Amino acid sequence: MSAGSTDTGSMDAGDFAAWIRSTAGRVSADAERLTRLDAAIGDGDHGLNLDRGFRAAVEALPEDAPPGKVLIVAGRAIVSKTGGASGPLYGTVLRRAGKSFGDAAGVDAAALGAALRAALEGVQDLGKAAEGDKTMVDALAPAVAAYEAALADGSDLAGCARAAAEAASKGADGTVPMRARKGRASYLGERSEGHMDPGASSTALVLEALADTAGEG
Amino acid sequence: MVGIVIISHSRTLAEGVAEVARAMGVGKAVVEPAGGDSEGRLGTSIDLVEQAVAAADDGDGVVLLADLGSSVLTAKMLIEDAEGDDVVLADAPLVEGAVAAASMAATGADLAAVHAAAESARDHRKTS
Repeated sequence: MSAGSTDTGSMDAGDFAAWIRSTAGRVSADAERLTRLDAAIGDGDHGLNLDRGFRAAVEALPEDAPPGKVLIVAGRAIVSKTGGASGPLYGTVLRRAGKSFGDAAGVDAAALGAALRAALEGVQDLGKAAEGDKTMVDALAPAVAAYEAALADGSDLAGCARAAAEAASKGADGTVPMRARKGRASYLGERSEGHMDPGASSTALVLEALADTAGEG
Repeated sequence: MVGIVIISHSRTLAEGVAEVARAMGVGKAVVEPAGGDSEGRLGTSIDLVEQAVAAADDGDGVVLLADLGSSVLTAKMLIEDAEGDDVVLADAPLVEGAVAAASMAATGADLAAVHAAAESARDHRKTS
């Protein structure tokens, strides 16, 4: 976390850029695993697509911009370069979160929680998925709920982000027995059961990267 | 005249649907394809869709038809970004919706009428 942090912690533009870089690194390292998950029930390109998208986001990261702008610019790059449904969806996550920050130079624990809530609402507006549909919402929704619960319990930003990451990972694991109701996997009916949703898995990576970034410094 | 944009994962599919729709629009309807990713592979490119919308729009609005998955999400995202009400997505099957939209657009109908025509294509059954 940055110098000048309050008691509950805060993140500045550099921290958000670090989050995007950290996510890009994790996605790149796990691209083969994500693509393998997607090959089981999707169209087999999730890791490759997301790797391309987050690389583009890293390249697009602006200098001397507030946190909101950092995320909006990164989100736009992801929409343009990712390909597949994950482009608009992850682009929406970053852009909705970024918009919720306005021009603020620092983001505290409450503001980050509101941004994650806005991101979840954006994904659900766009994709119309509910919990239990075997999508990224099954990782993101419990993550947002866990973040908010930790915040209400008085956790600092890093603690809230860690709670969110753990809930996302558990949520991704929980997609394994589900039957898909969105995307290509939904055409497979019961044959979509027994596989982890690749979008939920990549969402867990994104939130682990956030928790690690928030916990540094 | 209301413009029409065909968004598909495939460049050739988008061009083919546009070809059929233009014919049904008796050569008057403006139907622009936006197929494939930015390198012509299977996928969706929001930049290509934006270009197609600009080409199809003469001020009377644009109806988008999309095949599935990322085409639909990209269309919805573009509409959200446009923050206006002159670009709309039809909740319709791609080919039938495009033909219905182009047929209606060619009459000089307004955006609401072309959008409604496209969505009415859902009800055109093939075996009953």
